[in-house]
Amino acid sequence: MIEKNWNSRKSAILFVTVAVLLLAAVMVAGIVFSTKAMQTDFSRKNQSPSFSFLFGTDWMGRDMLSRTLAGLSLSIRIGLLTAVVSTALALLLGTAAATLGSKADAAVSWCIDLCMGIPHILLVILISLAFGKGFIGVVAGVSLSHWPSLARIVRSEVLQLRQAPYVMTAEKLGASRFSIFRRHILPHLFPQFLTGLILQFPHAILHEASVTFLGFGLPPEQPAIGVILSESMRYLTTGKWWLAVLPGLSLAAVTLLFSVTGNCLRRLLDPASAQE
Amino acid sequence: MRHRLQFAGKKLLRMILLLLGVSLAAFLLMNASPLDPLQTNIGQAALGSMSQEQIEVLEAYWGKNTPPAERYLQWLGSALRGDFGDSLLYRRPVLQIIGERLGGSLWLMVSAWILSGVLGFLLGAAAGWTRGKWPDRLIRGYCLLISSTPVFWLAILLLLVFAVWLGILPIGLSVPIGADAASVTLADRLAHAILPALTLSVTGVANIALHTREKMIDVLESDYVLFARARGESKSSILLRHGLRNMALPAITLQFGSISEIIGGSVIAEQVFSYPGLGQAAVSAGLGSDMPLLLGITVVTAALVFGGNFIADLLYGVIDPRIRRRAAHK
Repeated sequence: MIEKNWNSRKSAILFVTVAVLLLAAVMVAGIVFSTKAMQTDFSRKNQSPSFSFLFGTDWMGRDMLSRTLAGLSLSIRIGLLTAVVSTALALLLGTAAATLGSKADAAVSWCIDLCMGIPHILLVILISLAFGKGFIGVVAGVSLSHWPSLARIVRSEVLQLRQAPYVMTAEKLGASRFSIFRRHILPHLFPQFLTGLILQFPHAILHEASVTFLGFGLPPEQPAIGVILSESMRYLTTGKWWLAVLPGLSLAAVTLLFSVTGNCLRRLLDPASAQE
Repeated sequence: MRHRLQFAGKKLLRMILLLLGVSLAAFLLMNASPLDPLQTNIGQAALGSMSQEQIEVLEAYWGKNTPPAERYLQWLGSALRGDFGDSLLYRRPVLQIIGERLGGSLWLMVSAWILSGVLGFLLGAAAGWTRGKWPDRLIRGYCLLISSTPVFWLAILLLLVFAVWLGILPIGLSVPIGADAASVTLADRLAHAILPALTLSVTGVANIALHTREKMIDVLESDYVLFARARGESKSSILLRHGLRNMALPAITLQFGSISEIIGGSVIAEQVFSYPGLGQAAVSAGLGSDMPLLLGITVVTAALVFGGNFIADLLYGVIDPRIRRRAAHK
């Protein structure tokens, strides 16, 4: 039994390593191919997938494989940035709500309810508009709208921790609020933070792509997946399926890889939830 | 009963205050936007050829000269009297547009809401029942796959397969192109709504299925099911009498809480299928800086979401006496 557990743990670690390396490779490849993704060549336009152009070419003769890679790389980078910002925000506001008294708690709960009341996509659109769309708009939109549910979890976690015997003892021994927070609460929040962060990636990536697709995100000259797919809509009826199918499939694959990696990591970090 | 009314009253009051908050937040966000409505709607070239007076008239029309506080208070004042102002793009009352568009969207949203709820519940129950075996793995795999797939890409795929390759369903819009309103049949409308509704249902399944699965596993591991087994109850009777009841009501409340996601999905699906619904109006209002319309849509959809949450809160109390008692205790 012990032998078997050790094996599944080991294979999870192996999987996570491979997945992270793969995602890093896609990210780097996207940056390397970013100039090639913009190159037009009208002698080779509208070619269906072949050995020389695995993902085909578009109506301006741009290589769709390079464009997809560049788009995925953009997605991953934006996903990383927004996930870090929104998780940090959730951690900050969640602990603030749980430790700074009832007024702060009410204020944060109010903000959470407000954010969750506006349909998610609309909220991202509104924030992106407030920041003038583009890269900053989409990053602000996605990161400022993703914190509420995690903040709620962090809040209840901290509330629970404050009732723990060792925290109560530390209080009685006269430890300051800050040192209790740093020495007794923060270490417990770390796994929450990490898994929250990783499980935030897929959401962030999908929302960035959706908002860009709708026209509120990255500008059309960037090879983002949302842009590629919204452009491909015009060519669907003429049978150019590869413009839409392959980039979208790649994005789904990257997101799936993030989700599965996140779940693996959660099990590694939090064995209590890993009964299955 | 008195506690429940009190509870409902408190929730309702909070909901109204939150709606005010939503309108203010949405207004502030739109107001903060550096995008110039004149540039986006009229264009640099046209503006360049206009006289100063013409530009001033346009600026007044798009509300550039009124201070934000005054504008919001004006809007709030008339909104409380039931007038959400006129859309700047469509030049018609906002509520009229929302009414028309909501009619189209409700079709989609309600059918997808019911379909995804029922399907998700059944799949989740099946997965929980066969925990660890291949149907469970299959269903969980599907949920993971669907939650990793961009909704708009799924919509494009469905469009490609059913409208372009097989050619059995229309590509977009809600009625045939060029048909006059009188000749549009119910069948036409249905055929045009199938793909967007399908997109929404397919994506809505994952959340509820996973939740129901967890619940099913909890129920199967509970003491009362163990006792029922010991009494010699058959599997089907355990499922019907102990399983379904305990799972169905939390699932219903979860489904009421998921209205925000359905609306978000419909924004995207309507855009892909050019379906003239509320979501599409929201996108055009956002792209065209049509503040009154976007504000109206945000408030109306937020009211729908809060309404759903409110029903979910009430249902929790109705279903679970423990929650009701705790609320009364407070």
